[in-house]
Amino acid sequence: MRYHLSLSIRYAFDRPTGMARQVLRICPADLPGVQQVSSCRVMVLPAPAARREFTDFFGTRAIELALPGGLTELRFDMTAEVTRLDTGPEADLSVPLPGLAADLAAETGLGPMSPHHFLAPSPRIPPVPEIAQFAAAAVAGAPTTRAAVRALGEALHRTLRFDPQATEVDTPIDAAFAGRQGVCQDFSQIMVAGLRSLGIPAAYVSGFLRTLPPPGQPRRVGADAMHAWVRAWTGASGGWCDYDPTNACFAGADHVVIGHGRDYSDAAPIIGMLRLDGAQTSSHSVDLVEI
Amino acid sequence: MSAAAPDDHAPLTAPPRGLSGYAPLPGVPDEAVAPDGTIRPLWARLAGHLAGLAPDDLASALARADQYLNDSGVFYRQYGAGSSTERPWPLSHVPVLLEQSDWDAISEALVQRADLLEALMADLYGPNRLVASGRLPPALVAGNPEWLRPMVGIAPRSGHYLHFVAFELGRGPDGKWWVLADRAQAPSGAGYALENRVATSRAFSGLYASQHVHRLAGFFRDFRDALMGQRQDGETRVSILTPGPLNETYFEHAWIARYLGFNLVQGEDMMVEQGQLKLRTVAGPRPVEVLWRRLDSSYADPIELDQNSRIGTPGLVSALRAGGLSMVNALGSGVLETRALMAFLPQLAPDLTGAPLKMPNLATWWCGDPLASAAVQAAPERLILSPALATGMPFDLPGADQCRAGDLAPADLAQRLAAEGAGLVAQEAVTLSTTPALVDGRLVPRPVTIRVFVARTARGWVVMPGGFARIGARPDPEAIAMQRGGSSADVWVVSPEPVSQTSMIPVANAPLRRATPGALPARAADNLFWLGRYVERTEGMVRLLRACHMRLAESGSAAAPLLEAAAPLFTLQGIEPDEAIPQGLLDTLSLAISSAGRVRDRFSPDAWSALADLEKSARRMALRSQPGDDAARALSALLRKLAGISGLIHENMYRFTGWRFLTIGRQHERAMGLAAALAVLADPGAAEGALDLAIEYGDSVMTHRRRFALAASRPTVIDLLALDPLNPRSLRHQIDGLREEIDLLPAANDHGALSPLACTVLRLHADLATQDPATLTTRRLWALRSRIGHISDQITAAYFH
Repeated sequence: MRYHLSLSIRYAFDRPTGMARQVLRICPADLPGVQQVSSCRVMVLPAPAARREFTDFFGTRAIELALPGGLTELRFDMTAEVTRLDTGPEADLSVPLPGLAADLAAETGLGPMSPHHFLAPSPRIPPVPEIAQFAAAAVAGAPTTRAAVRALGEALHRTLRFDPQATEVDTPIDAAFAGRQGVCQDFSQIMVAGLRSLGIPAAYVSGFLRTLPPPGQPRRVGADAMHAWVRAWTGASGGWCDYDPTNACFAGADHVVIGHGRDYSDAAPIIGMLRLDGAQTSSHSVDLVEI
Repeated sequence: MSAAAPDDHAPLTAPPRGLSGYAPLPGVPDEAVAPDGTIRPLWARLAGHLAGLAPDDLASALARADQYLNDSGVFYRQYGAGSSTERPWPLSHVPVLLEQSDWDAISEALVQRADLLEALMADLYGPNRLVASGRLPPALVAGNPEWLRPMVGIAPRSGHYLHFVAFELGRGPDGKWWVLADRAQAPSGAGYALENRVATSRAFSGLYASQHVHRLAGFFRDFRDALMGQRQDGETRVSILTPGPLNETYFEHAWIARYLGFNLVQGEDMMVEQGQLKLRTVAGPRPVEVLWRRLDSSYADPIELDQNSRIGTPGLVSALRAGGLSMVNALGSGVLETRALMAFLPQLAPDLTGAPLKMPNLATWWCGDPLASAAVQAAPERLILSPALATGMPFDLPGADQCRAGDLAPADLAQRLAAEGAGLVAQEAVTLSTTPALVDGRLVPRPVTIRVFVARTARGWVVMPGGFARIGARPDPEAIAMQRGGSSADVWVVSPEPVSQTSMIPVANAPLRRATPGALPARAADNLFWLGRYVERTEGMVRLLRACHMRLAESGSAAAPLLEAAAPLFTLQGIEPDEAIPQGLLDTLSLAISSAGRVRDRFSPDAWSALADLEKSARRMALRSQPGDDAARALSALLRKLAGISGLIHENMYRFTGWRFLTIGRQHERAMGLAAALAVLADPGAAEGALDLAIEYGDSVMTHRRRFALAASRPTVIDLLALDPLNPRSLRHQIDGLREEIDLLPAANDHGALSPLACTVLRLHADLATQDPATLTTRRLWALRSRIGHISDQITAAYFH
């Protein structure tokens, strides 16, 4: 699938801002065999005082901005052309869950894709006993690790209600789980917590999702979204698999990857705050158009 | 020697002197006394010295040390339920003595260990070969919150990750020294060690001078030179990054900054511009090239490290990536303190340093390894279980997550090891040697650990020849922690030969170079300005209160109309004049203290003690002084103390920019006070006697008498207190001073081009200088006051951001 991808984020401020630094992770990733980027541009308006780029530990392209003070509005516009290969249904080569620990012990190295990064608690995903209990019950009887991933994802999808008003960007996962509602970020971080409690290394993936219109209706501009899902390690042969608990499916051609990390704090689209005296309003829109 | 523990009951007779009557604990090695009960030769002179002191002489020796600590303002912060307080420094007066030969072996072993930590750090933040080759378990690194992924691949500009490390040592039952913990994050205690040295040498000055005790100053000088040598631009200053005044060891940060001549900065004082870390100063942003970090790594950058940090500098990691900054130690060095790593260091040493460990560390088993786990299960008796990724010594502030493995039923232990093995570490329960400590006038054996500091210099690692000893409050090792009543002691490394008498003073024939002062950090300027204002505000209040209480004492209720006339001035400052020492006055003093506390590094210890003493006296007086004569006398005493502080500042403080801000603050506040006092008390409608009150407030009674030789009238008072440039208490004199000092501030007067602030002051000056007593009406005085007030805002906007 070849897409024209655009993301537009706008802020308006009541009062002029102070100086600020931000790091953006909003560009689609080049992932051999999965996703190919032929062009990607990020425009910032007004122009930043300084702009640098680096690749973070997990391989994600990060854009660092120093913004001047005195802004009353701010825009980030990303446009890209990206090809997402549909890998189709995969054969389940994963080990049974009890065998996963041995596979993991055989993995050495601490490169960006090493499963070892994704088993320990991370800043936004502490151990939550209620989630661990839920996960253990949900995967009972699953013959393989991949089946367990799917079972937990489907169980969460049945249990949690998607509600953009229910949680904030920094709602802790235990609170979101207790309320049984949230957005893709909450679904994904709760699922990561559950997988880790089972001994399955799990990462948080940030990206974009194409939203298909209901049959017979035209596609609405800007209806696509920034999205998050889960990447789980299913053993030496099974490798990594991407699962989207918000939609109860393995990630496919509609999912465009930006990058992954231990949780939202590693992969957030924008990190860093502006110094504000007054209120701000913001909006963002995503278009993922097949070409 | 008696075998009974001597400190359990009070002596029936006069306490024994020196080490007579001192008995080590059965089966526990003692630093001073050999197992056969004889005093070790090294300790003989100290024992003799102590034995020769009559109880009164000993008491005064200890008092000398305590007085020194008190005068230098050394404290530590103790945390209680929801609050923290500054506590006097708990010094255990008897030093711990170490033989030169013992010391040489310790030094050699610790230099090797510092090399080992550097090599480990370079691998963990570089190629990560140790994990890849299976020599370190991945879980200890990948699951470690102190292993900071953003730092992986960022090579240190200086070529080294570690520059200042410390090791906790204890002597085991076999008489050998062991490493109990590695400190590589941001070790504290070196400054305290130096304070302990000065205090202890005051207590035992004769003994100290006659023994060949290694001096500590050379170590600090070498490290200072090493840090300064890391700069590429000689104009920049080395900065010490502190979490701030509420940190447990802030005193030490300020102390070291002052001692070595470094800037003391907080995260918010700095910014990153074009990849370069810069300090906000009164002369604009200035590059920082060398930062000695006393802040835990993860707090250092809220963008790339802990996003919840409120005390970091956004972009700091980016500045490190750009390579324009040397960080001491590199961010992420806290990972080296991980307890479970001690299980692996002995095996890694030969490979990473070319030799087996020269000093063993605490026997440690990481329970994620099946063999280690089985060993713990098989012989749990003397093992402490704690979290594998915890740092520090296992008996130091033990948490609820720590227990003796032997206390668990075998089945429970097996279950725990199976369930959370990789998260657990087992370490041998520590036994420590004891050292003599004075408790209620008698020497008793107390457990001791020693923190030894190792710094990287141009000549390689150097070890501070001494250390920071911690002495337990009770005979068990758990009582070492200062938060739990433990104390600290000096460590004397005694050489058989004379030692070099190094100090920070440069060698005689080195060329004299006057260091340029460097730009003043904006936050320091802000605090100095306000310190000046609060001290002056206090003085103004005290003068006015004293004048009123004197009237009250002289005329009783007949003074009421006059006091009524002064009421608006009290209202302006928010104080209740009915009290002898009003709460508003104490509050202002507290503000002065807290401003001074934030610039401890720029404030002389004498000035600090004087200010602290002033506050203490005022609080004491507030409790017992009665309005009237009693209050007037108390207030006079406070005025004398204030005069002392002014003297210390005016006579002793070098005329750097910092002094300038302090002075501007004082002049500004005095000008505000005078304008208000004259507007109220020299108003044509003011009560009888108000003019005299004004003269007294302006401390100009004698001058008025001499200059006018007649009763006060509005014109004489206005002339003397508002217009006379030669009266140091006049409004005009303050404005003259403000104009002069503000003109000398950075960017105020660029070859005649005046900054907006300098313009404001110049206009104010011209307006005041062209007044006469008739034209300077009450209304004008109020208008002047509000224009003076505006200067404060302009200074803030121009220099404190």
